[in-house]
Amino acid sequence: MYGNGRSYGDVCQNSSATLLFARGLNRFIQFDGSTGVLRCEAGVLLSEVLDLVVPRGWFLSVTPGTKFVTVGGAIANDVHGKNHHRAGSFGCHVRALELLRSDGSRITCTPTVNSEWFAATVGGLGLTGLITWAEIQLIPIASAYMTTEAHRFRNLDEFWSLGEKYEQQFSYTVAWVDCLAVGRSLGRGVYFIGEHAAEKKPSSSYRSKHRSVPIELPISIVNHASLALFNALYYNRPLSAQSKLEHYEPFFYPLDSIDKWNRIYGPKGFYQYQCVLPFANGKDGMETILKLIGQSGQGSFLAVLKTFGNIRSPGMLSFPRPGITLALDFPNKGEATHRLFSKLDQVVADSGGALYPAKDARMPGELFRSGFPAWAEFEKYCDPKFSSSFWRRVMKD
Amino acid sequence: MKRIVIFGGTSAIAECAARLWVARGCSVFLVGRNAEKVEAICDDLRVRAGPSQKIGSAVADLNDHEKHAALVKSAEDELGGLDVALIAHGSLPNQTECEKSVAQTLAEINTNALSVLSLLTVMANYFEPRGNGAIVAISSVAGDRGRKSNYVYGAAKGLVTLFMQGLRNRLAAKGVVVVTIKPGFVDTPMTKDFEKKGFLWAKPETIAAGIVQAEERRSDVVYLPWFWRYIMLIIRHIPERIFKRLSL
Repeated sequence: MYGNGRSYGDVCQNSSATLLFARGLNRFIQFDGSTGVLRCEAGVLLSEVLDLVVPRGWFLSVTPGTKFVTVGGAIANDVHGKNHHRAGSFGCHVRALELLRSDGSRITCTPTVNSEWFAATVGGLGLTGLITWAEIQLIPIASAYMTTEAHRFRNLDEFWSLGEKYEQQFSYTVAWVDCLAVGRSLGRGVYFIGEHAAEKKPSSSYRSKHRSVPIELPISIVNHASLALFNALYYNRPLSAQSKLEHYEPFFYPLDSIDKWNRIYGPKGFYQYQCVLPFANGKDGMETILKLIGQSGQGSFLAVLKTFGNIRSPGMLSFPRPGITLALDFPNKGEATHRLFSKLDQVVADSGGALYPAKDARMPGELFRSGFPAWAEFEKYCDPKFSSSFWRRVMKD
Repeated sequence: MKRIVIFGGTSAIAECAARLWVARGCSVFLVGRNAEKVEAICDDLRVRAGPSQKIGSAVADLNDHEKHAALVKSAEDELGGLDVALIAHGSLPNQTECEKSVAQTLAEINTNALSVLSLLTVMANYFEPRGNGAIVAISSVAGDRGRKSNYVYGAAKGLVTLFMQGLRNRLAAKGVVVVTIKPGFVDTPMTKDFEKKGFLWAKPETIAAGIVQAEERRSDVVYLPWFWRYIMLIIRHIPERIFKRLSL
């Protein structure tokens, strides 16, 4: 299954086999402007949903960090957003979906009807069949703008206390961390909070400066020197003490304004590593992980720390679960990168955590199965004719 | 806002054009053969449309020329008048099978040319006394020169192109615009059997945007994407003595 190809690894690849392109399923089916219930085909992009519903006063209940993903992909990866502590995962807002199996049968599933198929398909990585359409619940907004604040934190301890404070008050929270900081500054960064603005603004449409990385750079420009410089500047940049009003685009989708940003990593590309650690061992585990990364000098500007709340994800293989999640890009430096990943894997496994399949291209099968213990139950719902490179990789050893 | 009737409304290019027109506030009436597809596309357009826009449809096989006038009438009734007609239906004949079968050749000519000529005539006679309106039809670069690989399709499109040229001449003084669209290779269900690689293959969205723009600019003949104008200029000027030996 291939939607819009924004998963970072091989969940949307099927090497030496057939790949179904779902973007052709791009029609809306029904929208109720009084209840905010939208039914659409699964290949519709979240950006297309936003273009339709924002002018009518609605917004996605949950959105990931890019709007260029399909509705089907958002369901199959049970994606999450900056409001996980309030809203749970994307799947929590799916009211119904239709699953087309390779034998031609169609199963309409909801959280209560055919609920086992629903639970298998949400977060099911496209393996239970083709999602043809879905019905999602939107949330009302008064304007396309957000009130946002940014606060610096000097270390991981400060991050925990900011989190406790702001998660009570705000719908959207997320933090950028300086992955190179070590010692007393370990885990320093900037904490972002946001809320849909209450006031009505003239619905002037937002024009992002459209930028693009025109060519693949011959080598990665993300290296230790550029990273240290960027992180120091970014961490120390002046932050306004007051909240400001900004359009939802730069708040939710900062990278979407730079087309083909992945090219900065050069031809070898990059890996993303996103883990979640349960609260019980999370603080120590996260400290160890950040130390290991800081010592290695690898990593990238894009390092994001966020706590997941207690709302249960509806999928058998859903990634979001109560705990702390860290997401980070790593330029591909071959062996050195893989050695670091192995060390991080150990911490994740010891803490009882998991890695995010949507972002993964290399996790050992053992780590997948320990992080997603429902895999054996899930396998019963896999369509016999569906598979993916990811699935074969994590199931083979 | 404009009221637009689209023949062959379930074709990929027509569907994209309909979305663009609806986004501009237009009302749209779709005619297509497959009832299920017509309904799905209308549902989509209704979600996209504002409360004052109308979305209507009819299911018909356009090879049935007798029905054309009635279809135009029902589109007019539904939308309260018409400003633009887009004729977008067609098929891609299997050239080798057509070579073996006269019946199939004539059937393809009927679908891709005669039914279009009928609609062009009906629309011309609708707009002419009103002194305004635009008739847009999708011909093809294939109609610019006959080639062994698809001359049945090419001949049909060539007939459409030439007919529209004459119609444009007839209606120029009457305030009615006639726009001939000549796309190159487009990645749609019609061309599903081709290996679609390289810059010559365009997305239906690109062609649709060109159609909407051509109607707005009241253009005459538009190649989409634009570079096909120059490719076809060269192809048209290759001497027949040489051309007949080429494999194109």
